[in-house]
Amino acid sequence: MERSNRQIIQKYLRHNKKFPHIWCPGCGNGVVLGCLLRAIDRIGWIKDDVVLVSGIGCSSRAPVYVDFNTLHTVHGRALAFATGVKLARPHLHVVTLMGDGDSVGIGGNHFVHACRRNIDMTAVIINNQIYGMTGGQVSPATPQGALSTTTVYGNLDQPFDISRLAEAAGATFVARSTTYHVKELEKVLGQAFRHVGFSVVEVVAGCPTTYGRRNKLGGPVEMMRWQKEKAVSVKKAREMAPEELAGRIVTGVLVDRDAPEYTREYEKIREAARAAQPEPTVEEDKVDRTGAEP
Amino acid sequence: MRPQGSRELLLQGNEAVVEGALAVGCTFYAGYPITPSTEIAEGLAARLPAVGGTFLQMEDEIGSLAACLGASLAGAKAMTATSGPGFSLMQELIGYGCVAEIPAVIVNVMRGGPSTGLPTSPSQGDVMQTRWGTHGDHPIIVLTASSVREAFDMTVRAFNLSEKYRNPVILLLDEVVGHMREKVRLPARGAVGRVDRIRPSMPPEWYAPYEETNTGVPPMAAFGDGYRYHVTGLVHDRMGFPTQQKTEIVQGVNRLFRKIERGFREICLTEEASTDDAEAVVVAYGSVARSAREAVEELRVQGRRAGLLRLQTLWPFPRAAFERILGRGTVRSFLVCEMNRGQVYREVLRVVRGRSEVHKLTRNDGELITPAEIAKALREWL
Ligand SMILES: Cc1ncc(C[n+]2csc(CCOP(=O)(O)OP(=O)(O)O)c2C)c(N)n1
Ligand code: SF4
Repeated sequence: MERSNRQIIQKYLRHNKKFPHIWCPGCGNGVVLGCLLRAIDRIGWIKDDVVLVSGIGCSSRAPVYVDFNTLHTVHGRALAFATGVKLARPHLHVVTLMGDGDSVGIGGNHFVHACRRNIDMTAVIINNQIYGMTGGQVSPATPQGALSTTTVYGNLDQPFDISRLAEAAGATFVARSTTYHVKELEKVLGQAFRHVGFSVVEVVAGCPTTYGRRNKLGGPVEMMRWQKEKAVSVKKAREMAPEELAGRIVTGVLVDRDAPEYTREYEKIREAARAAQPEPTVEEDKVDRTGAEP
Repeated sequence: MRPQGSRELLLQGNEAVVEGALAVGCTFYAGYPITPSTEIAEGLAARLPAVGGTFLQMEDEIGSLAACLGASLAGAKAMTATSGPGFSLMQELIGYGCVAEIPAVIVNVMRGGPSTGLPTSPSQGDVMQTRWGTHGDHPIIVLTASSVREAFDMTVRAFNLSEKYRNPVILLLDEVVGHMREKVRLPARGAVGRVDRIRPSMPPEWYAPYEETNTGVPPMAAFGDGYRYHVTGLVHDRMGFPTQQKTEIVQGVNRLFRKIERGFREICLTEEASTDDAEAVVVAYGSVARSAREAVEELRVQGRRAGLLRLQTLWPFPRAAFERILGRGTVRSFLVCEMNRGQVYREVLRVVRGRSEVHKLTRNDGELITPAEIAKALREWL
């Protein structure tokens, strides 16, 4: 049964946390959080088993508001923390939520390595093409020529295509959507969560406060309209020439393939190691040590 | 199951760290190779899977410590090991571990620095970095070892203190102790004391992950145990939620210090030899303490009143041992011997406060300090 938004709010937002949230009016972060919660609800994950990990940035503030096990780490390292959580307790559903700067700027190294390991967890990247939290500096996803407080004369750097980066690094599920396409976003998030292996969902979002204002893109509504106009589905994109695709946002599932999943493969290694050198496991080794000195 | 008696082995210090970690129930290691610490990673890569644990070689040392902290939050006893350059990369996350109160053990087998420095000659140049390397006020526990057997014991103790106080603990070894081989008798598995973090027993609605308690250490739930709580590096209230309220900030940060201060007696370890009537006391730690012991014994044979204060804990600085020795009224000078330009020396000056002379004998050329050098210096002050 589908829950209403009110029911979703009651079930998943923390009641003991002092709202309001920190996000600006018209920010895309709330849209992504809403889709993420509805997707989790549809799958029916138990809240106790969900771990939401984030880095630092406006987008990374999301976990504090929701009633899961929530881990707000440091800038860029969310995926490395998540790797530890998942390997230590593989039955947990681990989802990381990061900004574009957090995931492919300072955290770029962890990102590509997480993609290649194929651990069963999901990286949701809110790509607002700017460093929002620190007031609008250039990010590795800022388009060439765009203005920011640190590219006052226009950005020279070529931006990362985050989804293609994920694909090249070996992610076994990659999807892209926008904060305008909420139905599609909710759907691909669900697919990513269900996927066995490392999944990446890139969400093109608007930061009207810093990026929008400086680049004269209008308010939240105009930025959403831009997402709508620029978006083209994967299917359509296949029939389009590269020059037609320039500046467009290809949305939908870009990669979906099967590959051995890390935590399951690791379990096989444990079994082989145990057979080769029988040591008492940590469980078997539990003896009464009450009163032990440190 | 394998027989559980004590075992006699010829081991390297780094291998003893591996044995200690396994004996105390370490189940997770993430690291990045660097000499002279790599044998720790290699040992655990072979052994952890067989006990049902996890070994990960991460993409760098930042990711390594991040993975350890994540694993610890999910209930594992986690460790990483590195040397100077990698230890520098870990600094931001050491502070995270302190403020979010996450148990973890970080071994730093020191090599000469700064930067790539002197790979991989012995040095003790990271003493102050272990104390103040991460930004902001924070409490930290730093242990050290002078022998292979002590590397085992201190690894066990590092895990136990980190679980008990919910704080990262650093085991600071020098290259000599890490690489030297000695015959050691390791205790039987069950004879090694294990301390596990206190888990919450109250219903989840009552759980406050950062609450004030008698010991200052709140119980710690693992992710997945049914206590859904928030962990952040922002200064937080008792529920773990970010706060900017002055009273909550002060309460939270001060509790971090208070919990460690309450434990000074069991945390701050030292060993004394011939200090009862000593007029000159050598202060040393790590491999240098071995040379110091020999020098003191030699002088005693010659009838000179020399003594040794060996530091096993570096931080919190074991001030009480200095008070004890000064209280006896015989000591006229301390001689601090270390492989740096005088990091512990400054600390000794600080705690002695002019009540005796304080001298130093230091080397930073990648060579050990010999017993003869220490004996010669001691004679000057006796
Ligand atoms: C190590 C470190 N460097 C810099 C910062 C400052 N900082 C905080 S958030 C941020 C950028 C965030 O941008 P992004 O990840 O794109 O997220 P957004 O705020 O746009 O959601 C930076 C540079 C920090 N917190 N830590
Ligand atoms: S600054 Fe931008 S990203 Fe941050 S909350 Fe405001 S609109 Fe959102």
